[in-house]
Amino acid sequence: MAVVFEKTRGLTDVATHYCPGCGHGIVHRLVAESLVELDVLEKTVGVCPVGCSVMAYDYFNCDFIEAPHGRAPAVATGAKRVLGDKNIVFTYQGDGDLAAIGTAETVHSATRGENITIIFINNAIYGMTGGQMAPTTLPGQVTQTTPYGRDVKTAGYPVRVCEMLSTLDGVYYAERVAVDSVPHINAAKAAIKKAFQNQIDGKGFSIVEVVSNCPTNWGLSPAESMQWLRDNMLPYYPLGVYKDKDKGGNE
Amino acid sequence: MSQQYMMKGNEALAEAALRAGCRYFFGYPITPQTELSAYMSKRMPKIGGTFLQAESEIAAINMVLGASSVGARVMTSSSSPGISLKTEGISYIAGSDLPCLIVNVQRGGPGLGGIQPSQADYFQATKAPGHGDLHIMVFAPASIQEIVDMVGRAFDKADQYRVPAMLLADGALGQMMEPIAFPDESEEKKLPEKPWAATGTKGSRKPNIINSLYLNPNKLEDSVRERFERYEKIKENEVLYEEVMTDDADLVLIAYGITSRICKTAVNMARAEGIKLGLLRPITLWPFPEKAIAKIADHAKAFMSVEMSMGQMVDDVRLAVNGKCPVRFFGRTGGVIPTPDEILQAAKDVLASVGGDK
Repeated sequence: MAVVFEKTRGLTDVATHYCPGCGHGIVHRLVAESLVELDVLEKTVGVCPVGCSVMAYDYFNCDFIEAPHGRAPAVATGAKRVLGDKNIVFTYQGDGDLAAIGTAETVHSATRGENITIIFINNAIYGMTGGQMAPTTLPGQVTQTTPYGRDVKTAGYPVRVCEMLSTLDGVYYAERVAVDSVPHINAAKAAIKKAFQNQIDGKGFSIVEVVSNCPTNWGLSPAESMQWLRDNMLPYYPLGVYKDKDKGGNE
Repeated sequence: MSQQYMMKGNEALAEAALRAGCRYFFGYPITPQTELSAYMSKRMPKIGGTFLQAESEIAAINMVLGASSVGARVMTSSSSPGISLKTEGISYIAGSDLPCLIVNVQRGGPGLGGIQPSQADYFQATKAPGHGDLHIMVFAPASIQEIVDMVGRAFDKADQYRVPAMLLADGALGQMMEPIAFPDESEEKKLPEKPWAATGTKGSRKPNIINSLYLNPNKLEDSVRERFERYEKIKENEVLYEEVMTDDADLVLIAYGITSRICKTAVNMARAEGIKLGLLRPITLWPFPEKAIAKIADHAKAFMSVEMSMGQMVDDVRLAVNGKCPVRFFGRTGGVIPTPDEILQAAKDVLASVGGDK
């Protein structure tokens, strides 16, 4: 009988702690498949954040370092500066980790043009701590700490990470993708693979922002959460390539 | 005889680190340690090493975490306010059993404080270098030659025990110049293997995970207990101190770092006057030479801790003496360096107040 689908060996054979319907499972698989397909899994060192994916080291079948909250790009910088071209170093970070407490580490690893890959999960909420406002929480969005909806007059505006980072000369590649549909998932896979290929080729800092969902803390079913993502997040966070030096310098 | 150099403490420390095989330095500018970073920025590119000026002390210590995780001999340096920023990373490094060297060229505090020499970070270094149950090894050199001799040892011990090491200096040691000779450099420094490092599985082993997270409280307790067993070995084997005329001393001064050298002058002045003053100089602050102090407490009439702080190490002296005799304190703070005369006067006052035979 022909094998039509196999679990990637880039993931370990354990059940994850992620909630049913959460996009993390999809993104983990896309990252793991990319590393296997590029034949770099055995020389990859991942850096996990603090947040829902804090235990990603249990799920990826490669070496891993756990960083303090927000510090993954600094940890990855230290690791990559030592390992150089011999290894692949990537971070896997959520929105609170990357765009709030770790903003400085994100911006400065980007502007230094560190030859690392960042996989950034934007689901507009703090998942692990139970649904507080994230730097990417939408205006008006209800969370545990914006119970009347995010009021931009007091809580400020969301951060659009790809747009912000694309202004930096040090960034080689920044693309925003989503995992709400098969076409989007396929495009996300291509972007993630490109971000790793860029590192293999020594091109420099690459970030893929993945617009994802959080059914548990959004208070929606998995299917409803995907629709909510399409209706609310994609208009605020348009998908697309924000920077690609393969296609020319800074726009 | 080996070559003599006239060097600033900060620069000598940097050169000694290079000679000890350190090729990765991550830092952020702060007075009074700046010459150390500057020296690294000049030398590292010439010898195939990495100097990186981070965006913050927080980023710098986390770059150290990353570099150590993949097996590098790595260091950072800062001064008091910057060390406060590093404490988050130090806790994670300690909790992940990673070796590294952290240099604190202390200045006056709290807050932004000042930029003159201080020893007011003793508590931070020895009691609370980060949150959680942890210690780091703390080395306290008293001269630039001792800095040079100690840097390699600090790196080696950090590797041996997988415990971070701190070299606790001060603005005076960092800024002053003294003649020094570097340890024998005829052989290329051989660094230990680190099979635990996260360098990629190469398909030949299970993934190496560097982490400090244990959601199961029993597993976390096991990991902390295992680390404390290593701490016990460090306390048994790695205590360093120097004694000066303690055998017959009525009053024994306890002082470390630059203050100990001023105390030595005070001891000599006292002896010239027939006053039996002695000195014990802790060279490691953690582990602390508590057994040596307890032994002296069997015959001395009193102790006086002399510090450039409002009295921090004095607590450890009291614990070591454990009530056998009075323990007093003399200190200057805020960047003021005590003089031999005022230390001698304070010693005379203590002797007058404790009086009598033991």
